[in-house]
Amino acid sequence: MKHENLILLILTLIIVIAPMVIYSGLGEDQGYFGGADDAGSDAVSETGYKPWFESFWEPPSGEIESLLFAVQAAIGAIIIGYAVGYWKGQKKVE
Amino acid sequence: MHIMEGFLPPMWCLIWYIVMIPIVGYGLYQIRKMVDENPDITALLAVSGAFMFVLSSLKLPSVTGSCSHPCGNGLGVALFGPAVTGVLATIVLLFQALLLAHGGITTLGANCVSMGIVGPFVGWLGYKACQKAGLGSKVSIFICAFLADIVTYVVTSIQLALAFPIPNLGAAIAKFFVIFAPTQLPLAIAEALLTLIIWNTLLSYKSDILLKLNLINPQDVPSGDA
Repeated sequence: MKHENLILLILTLIIVIAPMVIYSGLGEDQGYFGGADDAGSDAVSETGYKPWFESFWEPPSGEIESLLFAVQAAIGAIIIGYAVGYWKGQKKVE
Repeated sequence: MHIMEGFLPPMWCLIWYIVMIPIVGYGLYQIRKMVDENPDITALLAVSGAFMFVLSSLKLPSVTGSCSHPCGNGLGVALFGPAVTGVLATIVLLFQALLLAHGGITTLGANCVSMGIVGPFVGWLGYKACQKAGLGSKVSIFICAFLADIVTYVVTSIQLALAFPIPNLGAAIAKFFVIFAPTQLPLAIAEALLTLIIWNTLLSYKSDILLKLNLINPQDVPSGDA
């Protein structure tokens, strides 16, 4: 089971790292690694549509946005880590 | 798959809210009932929600040269079904809409229907079908997570095409599908692998509850080597 998860993790890393190797040296300025969600919004804007509602609040900079994304991931990771650690301990006591 | 704030006309915002609300309401009822009957599952529920929090925050590069994010909806739906997943997705989408300006309040209904309900529902059908075919819970959860992820983006494409059928509905579906699907394909595989990792962990430590919820067969339980 331990080995299986390690192999799965390595496969996941390969999938994520491969694009950065394939397009190595290319970046946002060349039109790479932009978000698909933004591309979807752009395609809507191209039809001449103007959004009728704005977000109540937007992160004031990219730094703050990455802070909040990190907070989101951290909240999830803490909960998963806590539960799995608890279960592991529980299993040991049994 | 997030449709940004204000990017759906008011009529479509309303329609997707009307689809979402009864299903999420039923999900809340199911959660209350399940937790009453079986308090042990609270932790599983928390882990399913947390998994969605983590995965939907990861914007990953894809071989198409664009970035997109997994949904994390495969685990919750395999454990609890699509209505409960709708509740979990609503929490995640609210967090992102209010704090990250990612998605939106007006488009919450549409985003919840894609990431929380229809995508997971297809994944759930996949899980049940694979289990019925005797493929084992690991293959089942892999297929489930892959389908839930990719179908989420298919639904988003259809939602955008319905609201903006230019020049016609079919061409619009194709246009939005091409924006999302090729980028999403490798990421859906990555999501399925990550979901299998957490599933393996559940099989090691919590197989008793999975058996009790009738989600796995006795031969799915790993023998001893946790």
